[in-house]
Amino acid sequence: MNKFVQSVLLGGVGGQGIIRASDILSAVLMRAGFDVKKSEVHGMAQRGGCVSSHVRFGSKVYSPLAKKGDVDILVSFEKLESLRYLDYLKADGKVIINDEEIYPPSVNLGDDPYPKDAIDFIKKHFTSVKVVDATEMALQSGDRRMANTVILGVLSSYLDIEYGIWESVLEESFPPKILSGNIEAFNLGRGV
Amino acid sequence: MKALMSGNEAIARGAYEDGITFASAYPGTPSTEIMEAFSKYDGVYAEWSPNEKVALEVGIGAALGGARALVVMKHVGVNVAADPLFTVSYTGIEGGLVIISADDPSMHSSQNEQDNRNYARAAKIPMLEPSDSSEAKEFIKIAFRMSEEFDTPVFLRTTTRVSHSKSVVDLEEPKPNTEKRDIRQDPSKYVMVPAKARERRVEVEKRMKSLREFAETFPENKMEINDTKVGIITAGMPYNYTKDSFSNYSYLKLGMVHPLPSDMIRKFASKVDKIYVVEELDPFIEEQVRAMGIEVAGKEVFPYTGEFDPGIVETGVTGNALGGVELPVLSLPQRPPNLCPGCPHRGLFYVLGKLKVFVTGDIGCYTLSFMKPLEGLDSCVCMGASVGMAHGMDKVLEERGRVVGVLGDSTFIHSGITPLLNMVYNKSNALVVICDNRTTAMTGMQEHPATGFTLQGEATKALDFVKLAKALGIDNVQVVDPFDIKETRRVIKEELSREGPSLVISRAPCALLAVKKKTGRRVPLRIDPDKCTGCKACLSMGCPPISWQRLEDMEMKIEKKTKSQEGIAVIDSTICDGCTLCQQLCSAGAIEGVAENE
Repeated sequence: MNKFVQSVLLGGVGGQGIIRASDILSAVLMRAGFDVKKSEVHGMAQRGGCVSSHVRFGSKVYSPLAKKGDVDILVSFEKLESLRYLDYLKADGKVIINDEEIYPPSVNLGDDPYPKDAIDFIKKHFTSVKVVDATEMALQSGDRRMANTVILGVLSSYLDIEYGIWESVLEESFPPKILSGNIEAFNLGRGV
Repeated sequence: MKALMSGNEAIARGAYEDGITFASAYPGTPSTEIMEAFSKYDGVYAEWSPNEKVALEVGIGAALGGARALVVMKHVGVNVAADPLFTVSYTGIEGGLVIISADDPSMHSSQNEQDNRNYARAAKIPMLEPSDSSEAKEFIKIAFRMSEEFDTPVFLRTTTRVSHSKSVVDLEEPKPNTEKRDIRQDPSKYVMVPAKARERRVEVEKRMKSLREFAETFPENKMEINDTKVGIITAGMPYNYTKDSFSNYSYLKLGMVHPLPSDMIRKFASKVDKIYVVEELDPFIEEQVRAMGIEVAGKEVFPYTGEFDPGIVETGVTGNALGGVELPVLSLPQRPPNLCPGCPHRGLFYVLGKLKVFVTGDIGCYTLSFMKPLEGLDSCVCMGASVGMAHGMDKVLEERGRVVGVLGDSTFIHSGITPLLNMVYNKSNALVVICDNRTTAMTGMQEHPATGFTLQGEATKALDFVKLAKALGIDNVQVVDPFDIKETRRVIKEELSREGPSLVISRAPCALLAVKKKTGRRVPLRIDPDKCTGCKACLSMGCPPISWQRLEDMEMKIEKKTKSQEGIAVIDSTICDGCTLCQQLCSAGAIEGVAENE
């Protein structure tokens, strides 16, 4: 495996803005001078199903998909979903979890329990686990839909990339009307 | 200038840079974004055709008129277009003709994972396969050059991972369009009656011979000689997966997967000790290399099914499981895709699920309603199959009124009209329902012939399903609003009991379309916990905002309405669309609109 390639895996539920977040992350990494590849899912999986996106960067990247046991940072937009991708993490991999629960159909119907001890379980196996209430912070910035920008802000503090690059990509990614809210959301996340 | 582009965006960009101005397609994951991106470039003509067969025929016509035509479809779309495909291989073209086949290993959004490299061989058409966006952008240009040089249609095959991965591309300025558009009559080339087709058949074999020679020196068939202990023969995305784990091995990376460069393969084999053929799905390259008498490892170590990733390739080569953290196996609730809050299909399939009928379903979002709790659909085979299958099943059952065929508006236009005519002609008693949500929803809301708009946003005539059905000879046609459960049930039952074929048009716009067009903003609902009796009727809609809460888990104290009450239903008003379907099922009157100030 190419030692100089790092992998970030973003996972969550369709509709949480995961693809948008991974697009912004990839654009930032490209501007910072890295070769970047990212994968994502479209189509049927969008409809409230699991969504994941791998973002890989380094001097030269071949595969847009990471292999299991090789992801540096797992960013989970939903608690249950964080459990689905743990086997992708390196032993010293870092985890960022949004403290939000979105019930899948079988939980809604009362057929399955929602796993309540997800975070304890992850903390038992990994040393760097950060839990953030991104939805609450997004609400502080004016709109719960900006939770994905808050999470990007949290992720930015794990990556050694100039703030100015993030700022310029955010400016290009949002229309003026919602830009200042998103910058605020990003900064709230970055400050966690 | 550098840009980060998906494979699909890169194909569109490459076509634009190459001066291509004509494209036709039918949407289908993972191909859809090619046309969406291409149609937005200046000076191009791009159309959604009703299906892939028409799209290819449109492309052939444009190419015979001297234009360079791009035709785009997903892998199963090539099945629909196979009829013209096999014969345009004989006629050849005037202007270039390139067909994109976007395959879907792992069936992320498809009903099968056929390997369309087999079509290239069967139809005797050359096929290129890029491994990332940068190659996708270049290969589309090469494909057009090859098409014109060899007088042949050319396939460009992508897979979901190439189409939907983003990587860095260098943007170039577009070349001017230098096509000579005109008519050139040449019956011996274009009228494929047997006598002429026999002549062209010989030309096809001559062309394949030239293409095989071309493949030997084709610059995108690349040999990389490093460590000669192991040699990898591969193409497309699997090249990246392999290179990721084994950058020191030697490689023969094939940019063209049909026809194969046999001399080059022999030369490569002579340089390395052991060869692995790394390819997803069928052993397409492997079998041909084995047939040359070359020993290789392939499908005995790599899976036949599903897409690969670097881990699968590594495990195949080394035989070892991957490293990582040892974790206990967790049994997690599945999270399948679901119909959206406010989806009009939910009301229709709720009604169908309650009737004791066999519902022959089709391809679209509504296929998801086979799952619990709706369980309103019993089969899904291919675009349009619902109608033909409903008729066939009706013919073999003694009792009338037990079969309903259901398909979407775009799917009906794609492949449902001919089998509907068949139902009239052959005196069917089956019922067909078009769930008409006014868009091609599953692939991301594309226009179609009944929406009144073209791909490029021009107003056009909109197909009227009722008039069409009458013209085909269907006497029983009704339109119903699927957000009205009682009325939908009444109409479906009435039409099931009727003699002769019936058509019901279940019409309400897609929930996402309503958001996009900012129409029909409804009042979100909530459940009054003091009125809810915990009967779970609303849960039978399977709507994402509605969940079950057990009384013992709740902080709030709630008085039981019945002795056996175990919990209450709760609506997450922030994602509720306010469609009222659940409200119609609530006999306790516990579901109400959220007041504006809440």
